Amino acid sequence: MSRDVWILGIYMTKFGKRPDDDTVDLAAEAAQHALADAGVTMADIGVLAAGNLMGGAGGIGQALQKQIGQTGIPVYNVANACATGATALRTAIMAIKAGECDYGLAVGVEKLSGVGLLAGGSRAADKDEWTPRGRYGAVAGVDGRIGTETMPGVFAQVGMEYGHKYGGTSFELFAKISEKNHAHSTLNPLAAYTKKMSLDEIMNDVMIAYPNTRPMCSANCDGAAAAVVVSDSKLKTLSLEQQRRAVKVSASILTTDPWQEACQILPDVNTLTRNAATQAYEAAGIGPEDLDLVELHDCFATAELVHYDNLMLCEPGGAVDFFESGATWRDGTTPVNVSGGLESKGHPIAATGIANIWEVCHHLRGEAGPRQIENAKVGLAHVIGLGSACGVHILERSAA
Amino acid sequence: MTAPVPLVDYLVLDDGPHLRAHECVNCGARYFDRRNGCASCFGTEFRDARVATDGEVRAFTIVAYAAPGITTPFVAAVVDCDGTSVRGNLINVKPDPEHVELGMKVRLATYVVGTDTTGAEAIGFGFEPAN
Ligand SMILES: [Zn+2]
Repeated sequence: MSRDVWILGIYMTKFGKRPDDDTVDLAAEAAQHALADAGVTMADIGVLAAGNLMGGAGGIGQALQKQIGQTGIPVYNVANACATGATALRTAIMAIKAGECDYGLAVGVEKLSGVGLLAGGSRAADKDEWTPRGRYGAVAGVDGRIGTETMPGVFAQVGMEYGHKYGGTSFELFAKISEKNHAHSTLNPLAAYTKKMSLDEIMNDVMIAYPNTRPMCSANCDGAAAAVVVSDSKLKTLSLEQQRRAVKVSASILTTDPWQEACQILPDVNTLTRNAATQAYEAAGIGPEDLDLVELHDCFATAELVHYDNLMLCEPGGAVDFFESGATWRDGTTPVNVSGGLESKGHPIAATGIANIWEVCHHLRGEAGPRQIENAKVGLAHVIGLGSACGVHILERSAA
Repeated sequence: MTAPVPLVDYLVLDDGPHLRAHECVNCGARYFDRRNGCASCFGTEFRDARVATDGEVRAFTIVAYAAPGITTPFVAAVVDCDGTSVRGNLINVKPDPEHVELGMKVRLATYVVGTDTTGAEAIGFGFEPAN
């Protein structure tokens, strides 16, 4: 019996400012549309996996059920930093592979508009007396005194480290990556920002953490995404139209960061991504050269560069040349982030790991409108959450 | 006079200021924080290891926006100290891309973080240009 799992229905809400909708509203909007897209109802769903990282209330899955249908099915509330959405999807996929049910629903949702900088929280004022605290025996706050805990700063160093290792990077190079993604977003009506930005505008915008200026950072916004997955055997009983639009999950991989010498002081986002990609290509039986499009985790422009290499879209050390060749533009050989990416489409954290799959599915179904990648057959979606967790999914168009 | 205290317990102030790592006896992996076991080999025996004070900047960023209470701009960096990677700020250098570069040679330096109500100074560390 085939253990293949398919995406039957999928939906992404408009990303951006959604002041009139709360977290549950956004999750319900995504879930109800994904169910309608799949042609099923909550009565069919055998498992629900849901993620919401910053809401703090807990139990987003159960809260969602109360709006769309309480059927008594198992709910998994998952949290895995920026890989939360991909983790929710994979949880539903695992339940189907385990034979527990035929249909699963995965939802990711976040309200982030106006949150501002994602730092390591605020640094407390120094105490009246120096008393060692915590695992480093620190007598005062260390963020800003011993390096930085801000995400833009951490990922700036990730990109700079690549430049130190292989050369060829510059402020302008990283800004050009951002220019690409902002240009791509002009064709995506669901993106939080759809404005083209010139290289000058990007480089002269507010500096956050050199070399990342504001438009080179992921855009905080509200949004949700949801997917309905189905077993291979059940899909075969459904309508030809459902079978034609179904997208095959050829690989669903989740990794964490294995120990590396420097990982205690700067998160290593490279090794776990490379490991996930290797496993995904092997599971899918395809190689990076077969990919028609890639949605990767450009939480910062400096991060996109290193993931060209980590996902093996280029030769080891060749990410700069690969980008400079134009390969990752929409009309290039390996279009990357044609959605606009996290920098322009936006990054509602827990939604991101499903929203990037929605983008790939949209192209594989031939429904991406003006930004459609012609005749797309295979795509890859990648997310990474610091801590760290990496999700890689490879998706293939239905042969039906 | 009250003795100065290090900002973190892995900064050693006497015997020439230097950083002290917990080194896994089995595999040599080094950690600055207290560990229950080695993340690399799962060993549970550690010994103190003196970290080289000279190093090379392997990555840096110039942080312009940080959490409330943190003075900006400052240079955060990863410094390779003879094979041990260290996180620290680059100090005694202008925080701009014209004065900081990848691969630059640096050395450990200390500075006064502040003085508490008992009159004790807290001493922090960073890395300054070696030349
Ligand atoms: Zn060890």
